Amino acid sequence: MGLTLLDKVWESHVAQRVAGQPDLLYVDLHLVHEVTSPQAFESLRLAGRPVRRPDLTLATMDHNVATGDDTPIDPLSEQQLGALARNCEEFGVPLYATGSGREGIVHVIGPELGLTQPGLTIVCGDSHTSTHGALGALAFGIGTSEVEHVLATQTLQQRKPHSLRIRFVGELPDGVGAKDIVLAAIGRLGVDGGVGHVIEYAGPVIEGLSMEGRLTICNMSIEAGARAGLIAPDDVTYAYLEGRPGVPRGSDWDAAVARWRELPTDDDAVFDRELEIDVSELRPQVTWGTNPGMVVPLDGVVPDPQDIADPDARAAAERALTYMALEPGTPIQEIGVDRVFIGSCTNSRIEDLRTAAAVVRGRHVHPSVRALVVPGSAQVKLQAEAEGLDRVFTDAGFEWRRAGCSMCLGMNPDVLGPGERCASTSNRNFEGRQGAGGRTHLVSPSVAAATAIAGRFADARDLVPV
Amino acid sequence: MKSFHSVTSRALVLDRPDVDTDQIIPKQFLKRIERSGFGEFLFFDWRKDPAFELNQPEAQGAHILITGRNFGCGSSREHAPWALEDYGFEAIVAPSYGDIFRQNSLKIGLLPVELPAEQVKALMERARAGDELTVDLEARTAGGFPFELDDFARRCLLEGLDDVALTLLQEDALAAYEASHTAPISTLTI
Repeated sequence: MGLTLLDKVWESHVAQRVAGQPDLLYVDLHLVHEVTSPQAFESLRLAGRPVRRPDLTLATMDHNVATGDDTPIDPLSEQQLGALARNCEEFGVPLYATGSGREGIVHVIGPELGLTQPGLTIVCGDSHTSTHGALGALAFGIGTSEVEHVLATQTLQQRKPHSLRIRFVGELPDGVGAKDIVLAAIGRLGVDGGVGHVIEYAGPVIEGLSMEGRLTICNMSIEAGARAGLIAPDDVTYAYLEGRPGVPRGSDWDAAVARWRELPTDDDAVFDRELEIDVSELRPQVTWGTNPGMVVPLDGVVPDPQDIADPDARAAAERALTYMALEPGTPIQEIGVDRVFIGSCTNSRIEDLRTAAAVVRGRHVHPSVRALVVPGSAQVKLQAEAEGLDRVFTDAGFEWRRAGCSMCLGMNPDVLGPGERCASTSNRNFEGRQGAGGRTHLVSPSVAAATAIAGRFADARDLVPV
Repeated sequence: MKSFHSVTSRALVLDRPDVDTDQIIPKQFLKRIERSGFGEFLFFDWRKDPAFELNQPEAQGAHILITGRNFGCGSSREHAPWALEDYGFEAIVAPSYGDIFRQNSLKIGLLPVELPAEQVKALMERARAGDELTVDLEARTAGGFPFELDDFARRCLLEGLDDVALTLLQEDALAAYEASHTAPISTLTI
């Protein structure tokens, strides 16, 4: 019987297997940021343990950093960023600090630097580590105790997750993209539909996506509860990686590509579960509730909890509508917004910014909306500025910021006020996620841009031509 | 890690699905660089509502939390189990958990018990009636219902094992793996 991509990556990283125990899985790349690492470093210090492989570890600053000049970060954030710098210095871990030119959201800089490569195992104390699976790496989030375990041993005690393949078929309609595909898939699976599984995204629709689109899809695997997302490496992957700082050169590059070509799932491999989704009728998606599975098409209406059969799900929908201050039956396109956020590890890469800029060009942000664009990394910011995208955004009335997690999670000065409604390209619409009392609707960069212009949820294709 | 054997107490019933870690401990409390002291911020925003379950007199002194499916979904923040443990919870009973939350809980000695949804509902009824419940890891039962937990995780909890120390005992295996696998990247030389 053939092997899946998951099987191949997993089996080649088992450093020790003992019957009745979890495998000791070797980690090729450990990414570190300021929020989930300080207690792990402190435990190492107390136990007198070194970081085993600083050469397989990389730190950056993203969650707490200020992206604008208007509001400084608070003293606790300063303390946490300072702790990261001191810990990296003490333990010899390379750090791309703010201002280094290589800093950014940890899940944006990994692929950008060419450190995220097919067939690797990658972990980080952050649930959106699933992002890196877009290049065929097995990548998942861990907690601080496991961060400590990886720092000390370069391994994790792990049981192999189940496998789920979702094949996307059909012709993707114009104006519909990766974010819509993954939101629709989460709506179909539910926010716990992937628990205990690694999802391999496959089929012609995935093969036709750019690297940026694939990163968006794998990023949100965790929102379906999955441990990780995976996409088989192919020529799109190799073209994206070639020449990046972390990849091999010359004949070593050719050898690496030859190895990577062996990774895709064998034709006769068997998955624990399989699902097929036809995207031919897919429309832009907007979340209406307080988890990413509460999602409807942009041209739909706010659902009525009375139509939900499961009593727990119905009660959850009622609570969500109360929190979101929405009435059942309201057309999504009649809901006005106060804020628009384009950024986060889901949608802050150059292609996302190009897509949004194409919608915004020659138009102006609605007077009732405050809109911001936050590039995912210092490198994305530089490239966008080289292409003149910053001017497109600022001319239209957007704020153009420095790289960071920004308003995705409200750990820095970029937060929603109580009751403010936001169209956001991020990944979580949990209560208070973007600021206590804030109301988040997850959308694609295209819908976010069109919504900023219209002042209410809008399809870019419906905007008045310029 | 703290060891866990059994707990008998009243139980807090939080009968809702998909409670995410952003609700268990909101982001503003993730900036601390200590491991302790998170309990007072547990369910910080929900506790502002006087009707919230944790604010009720019968919730006081509860060391067991009974809740809905997919508890602890979302962010990987270990601050969520830290907050539950610091507040006084020793065991959770639910139909399912977010994978990372479940793993984080096991690593700090907070026992995540998984039972079929109808058994969880039955325990909720008993807890609401004021019954004390027992979660017993030796016997692998919660309120009398048998639950599954693999032998390795159970032994780690019962003995309060330090898993970093355990893995470091396998130095020969780690060194052998490293000797036979060339690191595909280096973060020091890019």
